[in-house]
Amino acid sequence: MGVKQLGIVGQSVKRRDGMGHVTGQTQYVDDVFYPNMLWLKMVRSPISRGIIHGIDTSKAEAFPGVVAVITAKDVPNNWYTILCLIGVEPNDEPVLAHEEVMYMGEPICAIVAETEAIAAEAAALVKLDIEELPPVLELEFAIRPDAPAIKKWGNNTFMYDGYNHRKLRFGDFETAIQKADYVIEGTYSLSPIEHAPIETHCCVVKPEPDGRLTVHTNTQALYFTMDNTAIILQVPSQRLHMVGGTVGGGFGGKVDVITEPITCIAAMKTGRPVKWRWTREEEMRKSSTRAAVKMQYTDGVMNDGRIIARKVRSLEDAGAYHRHSPYGVQKHMANLPGPYTIPNVWVDAYCVYTNRQPSSAMRGFGVTEATFAVECQMERIARTIGIDSWEIRLINAYRNGQMRPVQKVVEDATLIETIQAAAELIGYDLPSHLKAMSSDDYAGNGGRHHG
Amino acid sequence: MESITITFKLNGKTTAVAVEPLTSLRSVLREHLHFHATKAGCGQGGCGSCTVLVNGESVLSCLMLAALADGQEVTTLEGIGTPQHMHPLQAAFFDKFAAQCGYCSPGMIMAAKALLDKNPHPTRAEIAEALAGNLCRCTGYVAILDAIEAVVTQMQEA
Ligand code: FES
Ligand code: FES
Repeated sequence: MGVKQLGIVGQSVKRRDGMGHVTGQTQYVDDVFYPNMLWLKMVRSPISRGIIHGIDTSKAEAFPGVVAVITAKDVPNNWYTILCLIGVEPNDEPVLAHEEVMYMGEPICAIVAETEAIAAEAAALVKLDIEELPPVLELEFAIRPDAPAIKKWGNNTFMYDGYNHRKLRFGDFETAIQKADYVIEGTYSLSPIEHAPIETHCCVVKPEPDGRLTVHTNTQALYFTMDNTAIILQVPSQRLHMVGGTVGGGFGGKVDVITEPITCIAAMKTGRPVKWRWTREEEMRKSSTRAAVKMQYTDGVMNDGRIIARKVRSLEDAGAYHRHSPYGVQKHMANLPGPYTIPNVWVDAYCVYTNRQPSSAMRGFGVTEATFAVECQMERIARTIGIDSWEIRLINAYRNGQMRPVQKVVEDATLIETIQAAAELIGYDLPSHLKAMSSDDYAGNGGRHHG
Repeated sequence: MESITITFKLNGKTTAVAVEPLTSLRSVLREHLHFHATKAGCGQGGCGSCTVLVNGESVLSCLMLAALADGQEVTTLEGIGTPQHMHPLQAAFFDKFAAQCGYCSPGMIMAAKALLDKNPHPTRAEIAEALAGNLCRCTGYVAILDAIEAVVTQMQEA
């Protein structure tokens, strides 16, 4: 990039798509209509966990205006997991449930009809024979050895290299904690958070005469969606003409490949364009959320405020299926120690499965949760040992050249400078020894941290 | 169900449409007449993205039966300006970065228009009150209030 283009920094620039937005000319997916278009509605699990004994679609099929009914047998490759593209295994989620249901709202059967109202009416006529099982809903219960195993591999956690949690080990926590002047514990929990975009999930698929499918989607991850859809449909990806890029709010909630495969199958089966748009209730109650998390910290702290040992046990609620959580927990693990220099670290991060709606991506998922806990814990430490909130962070802030617990040397650290600038902006006069600190003072400070 | 014919003024033009009796005004606009600016965030009066003007009053079109619009004047976002000739509110939302994903913008702008048409010099609190039924998940309300306030200032200066 030329220097000229960098001249844009500091200037106010108009959004390229802004004029379309304010005049109503932007075409969102729900604004796409085709002649002869059909509508799709989903029959979903009414309970959190159970065994499917029967799906009777006969009444729905006979309902006037219903054109197709789609169940698991219509899905060429029904078992998938979105992150198979980066090597996450095994495929643990059915596109349409047929053996068991794992969360309330899980898709079972799609009704395709001449109007949305007919599809909804017919969906209510599908008779489900599901034997209810006690759901696993609580994180600590889920990882108990005597909890019912809801995953096929026999427990309720993602397996990281043979372990039921992701481990991070750095230095020698056990020895260091013995030497600490204080041992300070804190537990921090978050509830699931729904993205609640104003635009709900929507997909429109039109079969083309050349055998391709035009797929209008409000996914945030167009190519990711194309690849996963191709795998589920068992077609080469060039048969999918993906049209996207206009999203009415996503925040990570629209990266699950969740509307496109079924809508494609409906279009292929009927030979007609099909639209599937979610109701507000589906968006709030069935779409994935940010995970619930419980994080427990045990820190060894010296009288002068140095943290010499940190142990974290974290349970993240993936809900019923992987979605993006195995990866989210990996990021989570790396961020649980925080941006601080702590020579002895021990982290156990669990990706836990429960019978709740799956959690998935949302704005810095895994990381923001850790930051919330770390900063609450820093405050707790400061108050427990009677040290200033600025000082506790500045003396422990990581410095360039230091090794992080994830075995990466710190480069381009700006935490100290950012805190100093923030203090100045709010007119807080930091004591001179804190003002003198710098991200580059590792040489002078390192002995202290590793002493 | 037997359809009924509704005749109303849409953005100044007399428009007739045959619909089933329980159809909402929002469906008529979006799905029968294909005026897509009006959005469909919830269908239950919770988000404000479907706000239009009926005889100048701001109305949630998802909650209004189309039949009730018979003989009335309905204005949608398409009716107040175009990319070539933007309404001052549209221009301000564009200039002041008050539309991020844009999904709430049609409702926001229409709710703001209803207010300014009646009260050209509202306080910031009055603007916020007028937009209380309109949700935005992206932009943040500050930029939206700033944009509307900028229009109020322009009008005062003009
Ligand atoms: S769609 Fe009418 S208020 Fe949300
Ligand atoms: S700009 Fe996205 S909801 Fe307001």
